[in-house]
Amino acid sequence: MVINPIIYTEDEIREFLHEVKDPEIPTISVVDLGVITDISISDDGEVSVVMTPTFVGCPAIDVMKKGVIDVLRQNGIVNSKVSVTFDTPWNSNRISEKGKAILKDFGLAPPPAYEVSFELDILNEVQCPFCDSYKTEMQTPFGPTLCRSIHYCHNCSQAFEQFKPL
Amino acid sequence: MNTEAVKNLLYRMADDALIIAHRNSEWTGLGPILEEDIAFSSIAQDKLGHALALYTILNELGEAEPDIIAFTRNEKDFCCSQLVEYPIGEYDFSLVRHFMFDTAEKLRYELLQQSTFEPIAKLAKKVSGEIKYHTFHADTWIFQLGSKGNEESKARMQSAINEVYPIAFSIFEPSSFEDSLIADATFVGEVELQKRWVERITSIVEGAGLKLPTIDVTSHYGGRNKFHTEHLQPLLDEMTVVFLLDPSAEW
Repeated sequence: MVINPIIYTEDEIREFLHEVKDPEIPTISVVDLGVITDISISDDGEVSVVMTPTFVGCPAIDVMKKGVIDVLRQNGIVNSKVSVTFDTPWNSNRISEKGKAILKDFGLAPPPAYEVSFELDILNEVQCPFCDSYKTEMQTPFGPTLCRSIHYCHNCSQAFEQFKPL
Repeated sequence: MNTEAVKNLLYRMADDALIIAHRNSEWTGLGPILEEDIAFSSIAQDKLGHALALYTILNELGEAEPDIIAFTRNEKDFCCSQLVEYPIGEYDFSLVRHFMFDTAEKLRYELLQQSTFEPIAKLAKKVSGEIKYHTFHADTWIFQLGSKGNEESKARMQSAINEVYPIAFSIFEPSSFEDSLIADATFVGEVELQKRWVERITSIVEGAGLKLPTIDVTSHYGGRNKFHTEHLQPLLDEMTVVFLLDPSAEW
């Protein structure tokens, strides 16, 4: 069996994983996006990372998984296991506060926080990421990627996208 | 748990998802407006993801790899409903099929969240959030082109509903595993699903000032027992043409 030369803590590994970005939004990390659902280290030092996709058909999950494996290797963690499951399903509340700020800087309205469930009416109450106005209207719930909807701001006359609540 | 019964349920759902994904993707580049082009393309991508997730569970139950299941079977091995096989037709046909199919999917996955078969219960929780967007899209158009539309749009929607409604019951064609699935609490069964679906469909269609015709619910049965329309095999031939050029290629 391959032994990892250094035993890292869960927090240290999470810090490494901040280097892995979403290929469709290259400023947000997999950690802030909330797709990392578990990090554990076994007694013999094997590192296990569990991931889950934003949308089931998200083609970016394979790229992100490869990114996680590569970053672990770069940090000397050769004895590792990276799996993708729906055990802890992704929802938009899993995006961190820092992650939401990053989305806004990228020009994407972050998804609103919700409790338990939400009605899709909230798609018409989205804050414009450019001028912060709520005078916006949803154009279509489907956008350039599975996780984005398209909106229009009547205040700054600008079309924008939202990272969809799920 | 009756594994054969679970596999049969998974195959029915996965084959439906794969074939409707292909049909929806046929609107890519051809949608009547850009937003609709993107909507049908996105829904297609979601469905393909659902099919992959379901074939992956089948693989864990001992079936072949997902790509092998999806791309190397012939018509006689598929158990999709006849509804998903029909060509896309005019946009009104595709919209009404999307509405009727996705309403059934939404209800099915809601019910499956309580399944005693854990992998499907977990997937159902996840997929339900996505399908909410699909039915939201479909319902919006039923109202826009129904009660909020003009004479032409209403007539076209009514005509498409008359055409699609009898075919849609092919979704609920019972399999020989119904009793077993119900006994094991894997799934409440097609009869219960159909009942909920009719209630939901009726409320939206009538709310949009349109009517459901009186029909024979068994008129398009066959798909679940691997008897298909003449439209399925040509679809499979097209869908698999690249894969079959070199099945061992790494993508």
